[in-house]
Amino acid sequence: MPEQEQMVAIRVKVNGKEHKLQVEPRLLLVELLRENLDLTGTHIGCDTSYCGACTVLLNGKAVKSCTVLAVHADGGEVLTVEGLAKNGELHPIQKAFGDAYGLQCGYCTPGLLISTYQLLQRNANPSEKDIRKAIAGNTCRCTGYQNVFKAIKAAAKGA
Amino acid sequence: MFPRAFHYHRAGSLKEAATMLSQLGPEAKLLAGGQSLIPLMKLRFAGPPHLVDLNFIPGAAYVKQDAGGLRVGALTCHADIEDSPAAAAIPILHDCAAGIADVQIRNRGTIGGSLAEADPSGDWAPVLLTLNADVRCLGPKGERTVPISKFVVDAYTSALGEDELIIEVLIQAPPKSSGGAYIAFKRSAPVYASASAAVRLAMEDGVCRDAAIVLGAVGLTPVRALEAEAALRNNQVTAKTMEAAAEAARAAADPQPDMRGSAEYKRQLVTALVKRGLEVALKRARGEKVELSHIYA
Ligand SMILES: Cc1cc2nc3c(=O)[nH]c(=O)nc-3n(C[C@H](O)[C@H](O)[C@H](O)COP(=O)(O)OP(=O)(O)OC[C@H]3O[C@@H](n4cnc5c(N)ncnc54)[C@H](O)[C@@H]3O)c2cc1C
Ligand code: FES
Ligand code: FES
Repeated sequence: MPEQEQMVAIRVKVNGKEHKLQVEPRLLLVELLRENLDLTGTHIGCDTSYCGACTVLLNGKAVKSCTVLAVHADGGEVLTVEGLAKNGELHPIQKAFGDAYGLQCGYCTPGLLISTYQLLQRNANPSEKDIRKAIAGNTCRCTGYQNVFKAIKAAAKGA
Repeated sequence: MFPRAFHYHRAGSLKEAATMLSQLGPEAKLLAGGQSLIPLMKLRFAGPPHLVDLNFIPGAAYVKQDAGGLRVGALTCHADIEDSPAAAAIPILHDCAAGIADVQIRNRGTIGGSLAEADPSGDWAPVLLTLNADVRCLGPKGERTVPISKFVVDAYTSALGEDELIIEVLIQAPPKSSGGAYIAFKRSAPVYASASAAVRLAMEDGVCRDAAIVLGAVGLTPVRALEAEAALRNNQVTAKTMEAAAEAARAAADPQPDMRGSAEYKRQLVTALVKRGLEVALKRARGEKVELSHIYA
């Protein structure tokens, strides 16, 4: 183990805002977001890379931020659930989840919203199978997935 | 959960990574997508004092075709292989890449990391065994090419030296009249397979000239089912010969009972997976386009 903590300088754009930070190399991206930047919309569920509650976009790709180091975001861009709404208006995906009752406790929701965002960016008209594949890495323990499917379909129509 | 503190070294090139490894000594670890290593470090099953980060090396992630064959850079993530034209041309690559865990893991996990990890349930090794792929490695003494059959040594053990890294996977496109397929049985997306089968058939005038059948997750390393291959070679591929091959594959499997099922249950899976894989491989060898996805319990 290192006697002295090494700090690494990183630059990262989060939801459009540039940040310059000094981080310990072992700092996880999810902790950087929640603890250093106070963006607590991204949740920690399993903390072992299974549940997807911590999903964010890193350089346009959905990743589980509990299994990515903060230093990996250096020079990159992160989108979290806080970055979806614009000018006080919820994003159409967020509205669709609300309208279709696609959430109950909401714990898994930030991750599901980001996975949906990635899906619809790549595929504006996803099939049932495409939707299944896109959210296979997101576990919801209380709503179940039927209303989530409805929400994603509605969001795709609206998009 | 936090990993134990470590010294972070960002490699600027593959060569620099190899140099760093040899200078830092055997306790240093390479970090690619981190989808195996970071969970292990968080759970404190691994606590390397030095990490050599490969993620910022320019030009180490690619899928390209040249005169030498299909080249996949070690740092290429599963998702980029899934979406590549090469995976459309060689469907077994798509079967494999698209079925690894979930989108988020596929966006980060790399083919190089997967081979180096040599997890007995990893998906790439069985598939690459049916394609006779080569693994290009780089160390302080230079490069060497290791056939995949020699690369996987044991559970979690590859042929890599302590100061070597994988730089590229080289795949020869299979001949036109051949077809391959990879199919796994999984309890859900973000878990490893309970059992899997990779198959390849080379056909000529309706007769199987060559066959490769490799089983995943049912042994300490991928299991090459030689007798199953022999049941097909120089025969017509019919329901009967496929059945015989599937039975021989079942006998070759050497599964451990665990939370994914008993040994007998996994053998049963092997029989079914080999049959399904062969059916699809045969159709593909005839030029049919067949989409194949894993079976989720
Ligand atoms: C929830 C979950 C589910 C998963 N499901 C599956 C699955 O269904 N099928 C499957 O195959 N895999 C699965 N994986 C593993 C995933 O595919 C990993 O991406 C892969 O095993 C390791 O690749 P990596 O790039 O993340 O490597 P890392 O985690 O960064 O490294 C893994 C090991 O390889 C070494 N290494 C990395 N790159 C190199 C290199 N170029 N040369 C030499 N050594 C290197 C590292 O030092 C380390 O020891 C899963 C992972 C998770 C977290
Ligand atoms: S908290 Fe990251 S996957 Fe569950
Ligand atoms: S809404 Fe409660 S876990 Fe998904």
